[in-house]
Amino acid sequence: MAAERPTLPELFVAFAQVAISGFGGALPWARRMIVERKRWMTAEEFNEAFALSQFLPGPNVVNFSVVFGARFGGAAGAAVAFAGLMGPPLVIIVVLAALYAHFGDLQVLGRILSGVVAAAAGLLIAMVAKMGAPLFKRLDWPPLVALVAFAGVAIVRWPLPYVFLGLAPVSIALAWYRLVKR
Amino acid sequence: MSSNPILALAGYFAALSLFAIGGAQSAIPEMHRVAVDVMGWMSDRQFADSFAISQMSPGPNVIIVTLIGYHVAGLLGAAVATVAMCGPTCALAYVVSRVWDRFKHAPWRVAVQRGLVPVSIGMIGATAFLLVNVADRNVYAAAITAITAVIAFATRVNPLWLFAGAGVVGLSGWL
Repeated sequence: MAAERPTLPELFVAFAQVAISGFGGALPWARRMIVERKRWMTAEEFNEAFALSQFLPGPNVVNFSVVFGARFGGAAGAAVAFAGLMGPPLVIIVVLAALYAHFGDLQVLGRILSGVVAAAAGLLIAMVAKMGAPLFKRLDWPPLVALVAFAGVAIVRWPLPYVFLGLAPVSIALAWYRLVKR
Repeated sequence: MSSNPILALAGYFAALSLFAIGGAQSAIPEMHRVAVDVMGWMSDRQFADSFAISQMSPGPNVIIVTLIGYHVAGLLGAAVATVAMCGPTCALAYVVSRVWDRFKHAPWRVAVQRGLVPVSIGMIGATAFLLVNVADRNVYAAAITAITAVIAFATRVNPLWLFAGAGVVGLSGWL
C-alpha cells in the first residue's frame, strides 16, 4: 500500500532531486523516488500514471510531474512538482550554455558524458524490466502488445507517435473486451 | 509567422508541443527543421551543439527548447520557449488528470488504463534500445551498460554511484 501523501515542500524537493540526478533521462529517477524510496505510489499505480502521461502530448516526465502533483496536491501540487522538475535544470543548462559560449568546446564534459550515457542506458533497461515484470507474469495480450510496440519503434523504426496512435486503440479494445466478458 | 522573435518562439513551441505525442524526443527532428531550415535561428552545427549540451544537463530531455530559446533571444527567450513548450500540455495534463481521478472506478477508464500500460512499457523499452545503440560504441561502453543494468535491477545501490564510476571511465578516454 502507498504511504502517506506528500506535502507541497516535499513534492518540490522530490522532483528537484529527480531532475538533478536525471542524466540521460529523468524517468528511472522518478520511479525510484516515488515507488522505491517514498512509496507514494505502488508499482502498478506508477505504470498507470506514467502511461497516461506518455499518451498525452508533450514531454512525458513533465506531464507526469503535473499528473502526480495534481493527484496529491491539486493545482498547487501540480505547479510545485513542475517547478521542482524544471527549475534546477533550467539554471544548470543556462550556465552550461554560457560556459560553452565562453570556451567554445566542452570536450572534457563530453568524455565524462559518454560514460554516464552508457550507464543511463543500463539504468533505463533495469527500470523497463521492473515496470514490465508484472505484465509478463501471465501470458496474455498485454505482453504481446508491449512486444509489438517495442519492435515497431526499436526494430522496424516506425515513428513513435504513429505506433502509439495505431496500437493504443487496439490495446484498449482488448482490455475492454476482457473487462466486459468477465 | 510574426517578425518578433519572442512571439515566434512562443507560437512555434506551443504548437509543436501539442503534436509531440510519446515525448519530446520524437519532436527533435521537427525542431531541427524549423530552427535551422525554416526560421534560420541557428546553424546546423549550433543545433547539434545545443543537442549535445542538453544531453549533458540533468533533467528532462525537453530542456533543449530552453537552449534554442536562449540562443534566439537570451534569458527571456529561454524562459518563453520553455513555458511555451510546457504550458499548454501541462494545462491539458492537469485537466485530464482531474477528470481521470473523478472517474476512478468507471469501466471505460479502467479499460483505457489497462490498454495504455503495455503500449507505454513497450515504448520505454524501445527508447532504452535506441539509447543503447547511441551510447554503446565499443565493448567498454556496452560493459558499463550491462553492469549498470544488473546492479540497478538487483540491488538498491544509488545509481548516482554507478554514474560517477562510468563518468570516470569516460574521462579516461576509453569510450
